[in-house]
Amino acid sequence: MTSLIHPSDTSTQQRARTYRDHQRPLWQRVLFSRDVAVWAALVVVYLYASATVPFFDRPITITYLLLDVAPILLIALPMTLVIITGEIDLSVASTVALASVSFGVLYDKGAPIVLAAVAALLVGVVCGAFNGFLVTVVGLPSLAVTIGTLALYRGIAVGLLGTTAITDFPDGWTDWARGRIGESDIPSIMIPFAVLAIAFIILLHFTAFGRGVYAIGLSEGAARFSGIRVERTKLILFVLAGAVSALAGIYYTLRYGSARGDNANGMELQVIAAVLLGGVSIFGGRGALPGVIAGVLLIGAIGSALRLADQTADVINIVTGLLLVVSVVGSSVLGWISSKRRRRGAPEPQHDSTGSGTTGSGQTEPGNTLTDTDGPVGERERDDR
Amino acid sequence: MTTATPRRRGLARFVPAVAAVLGLSLVLTACGGGDDEGGSGDGGGDLSVTFLPKNLGNPYFDASSTGGKAAVEEFGGTFKEVGPSESTPDSQVSYINTLTQQGVGAIAISANDPEAIGDALQEARDAGTKVVTFDSDTNPEYRDLFVSQADAQGIATKQVELIAKAIGDEGKIAILSASANATNQNEWIKLMEEDLAANHPNIELVETVYGDDDDQTSFDKTAALLQKHSDLKGIISPTTVGIAAAARYLSDSQYKGKVALTGLGTPDQMREYVKDGTVGSFALWSPEDLGYLTAFAAKALIDGDIKGDEGDTFEAGKLGEYTVGADNTVILGDPLEFNKDNIDDFNF
Repeated sequence: MTSLIHPSDTSTQQRARTYRDHQRPLWQRVLFSRDVAVWAALVVVYLYASATVPFFDRPITITYLLLDVAPILLIALPMTLVIITGEIDLSVASTVALASVSFGVLYDKGAPIVLAAVAALLVGVVCGAFNGFLVTVVGLPSLAVTIGTLALYRGIAVGLLGTTAITDFPDGWTDWARGRIGESDIPSIMIPFAVLAIAFIILLHFTAFGRGVYAIGLSEGAARFSGIRVERTKLILFVLAGAVSALAGIYYTLRYGSARGDNANGMELQVIAAVLLGGVSIFGGRGALPGVIAGVLLIGAIGSALRLADQTADVINIVTGLLLVVSVVGSSVLGWISSKRRRRGAPEPQHDSTGSGTTGSGQTEPGNTLTDTDGPVGERERDDR
Repeated sequence: MTTATPRRRGLARFVPAVAAVLGLSLVLTACGGGDDEGGSGDGGGDLSVTFLPKNLGNPYFDASSTGGKAAVEEFGGTFKEVGPSESTPDSQVSYINTLTQQGVGAIAISANDPEAIGDALQEARDAGTKVVTFDSDTNPEYRDLFVSQADAQGIATKQVELIAKAIGDEGKIAILSASANATNQNEWIKLMEEDLAANHPNIELVETVYGDDDDQTSFDKTAALLQKHSDLKGIISPTTVGIAAAARYLSDSQYKGKVALTGLGTPDQMREYVKDGTVGSFALWSPEDLGYLTAFAAKALIDGDIKGDEGDTFEAGKLGEYTVGADNTVILGDPLEFNKDNIDDFNF
């Protein structure tokens, strides 16, 4: 795990450096990815529920589902990047509430609604920057910092409004937040979400900045030595998390037409659960955005199906909780088993051919046994995540 | 040696998929039988009434749902109770949406937020579902009818009557309220002051203190009241948190049995203090009757007997006939008095 790029375990003679994952052909890498698995689960759950749960197959289900998960979808985007660097941000839901309250109070005091929205976004940026400052400049662990700011931001939000709520938002704005795109069943909020999702996918998967994010998660020290500006990257990610949370807060306020200090209570855990279910490693360095989006939708679809099947909130919590535990524990247990087998099998190459004869490119290369003195260690540790 | 890994890792990656499908199918199979019977709600006019309390696992709402269920069974409808585990403003929305999809006859809801659930309720009504709020109202435009637990005058008069009886209609009393800006309590206190001045000239209200609906604060305020006014004869606490804290203080103090306490409380909280003689009697509306009346109001709306307009009348089973008042509101009636003779009949 100390390096993103391994010294070859196949053949140093033939190829100087290679990703282990790149030994397999592209279609296999895509098909056997965790992302595809989560999407497959989503499709299967959707089809199964459509067939068995009354009323689930109606188009309105998708509308309600997307409306419900929209804030989680939004916040999951920056949260994925934060978790891939090995950090965490627990204060996002409190930032949602603080942005919601700031938006409501400013509007209530007579500010134009656009100005109130911009100010709320700035509040989110400040919240994120404060987290980022404490983590990167002061050097505190993000878990401790954001537990603190979770309480702090929520406290300020509740303190600003008390138990009252501001509900008087212009109809044009609230109608948009609850509305759909044209005649379709897709809520309007999916347009800004799609734009942000594409931006974040490009940022994470197609830029040097994104590769830096993975590198930090795999090994912060190695990333630093290879010239990645670790602190700056993390600070940017926390600010992004704050800004997108504030955006979600504005949306939340408009959708429910109510600015309250206890808005979005507990949402941080829903976001983190969805991100982990989507295949992001809590230790950092692994995961991809398409899987996370599927993870959010999967949790939403399961909740929706269970509610339509008249299950209580407790059952829904139990099912999503179990799902998360099984997916996290299950993949590391299987990874551990396969690494055990591999370690046992390491000295004798012919043993492995019994496992799976056909796949892979470097089946019987002599360099294999010669160079794998440190290879398997790296492999095993990566798998254990 | 790496040849075997792609398949194994592929397997590991599919764990969530397999887990999701297995878990969901287990739960859905477990409840599958019930669905087929219950999923009848497409057409209008069916008597399926769903109670959606602020949150589940709350004894007060367990009691109201018990009453609602009894009523629904009485008129031969389908009863269901769903709800969130936490009473946050938005948590009821997804349940309302679900009920809209299922096309239930009526939703009986105690609102967590007067505005946040409004849009979802409006969509439900557009789809033909009747909406009755009970216990806690939404803004009036979002519902057909509100069933109120009691009117302010009834609550105020009842508490004054109880304290007058307890102290022999003369002496100094104090009020231990919730927070200083609590709308309900302030209205009741104003009405109690008027009632005292008009009908009980020998009772003097010496002070009103605020325990903020916090147990410890209410406890401390009770102690302070008793030290400050050594000749205090009685305390009224028109809030369930306040009366329980005051009773706890009195029961361990020298004032037990000497200073009377009454107000609004729940039987479960107060049982111990009624039995040991700290509290003679207190009042509260019956949440069971509230649920019962709500269910009958929902039935009348589904049947088209009433539209929820002022002056409409409907039958509510054992409770008799009710008339819709101003603001499309039905009032349950005067609060119930609890004392050592009847407290064991109630469980909430």
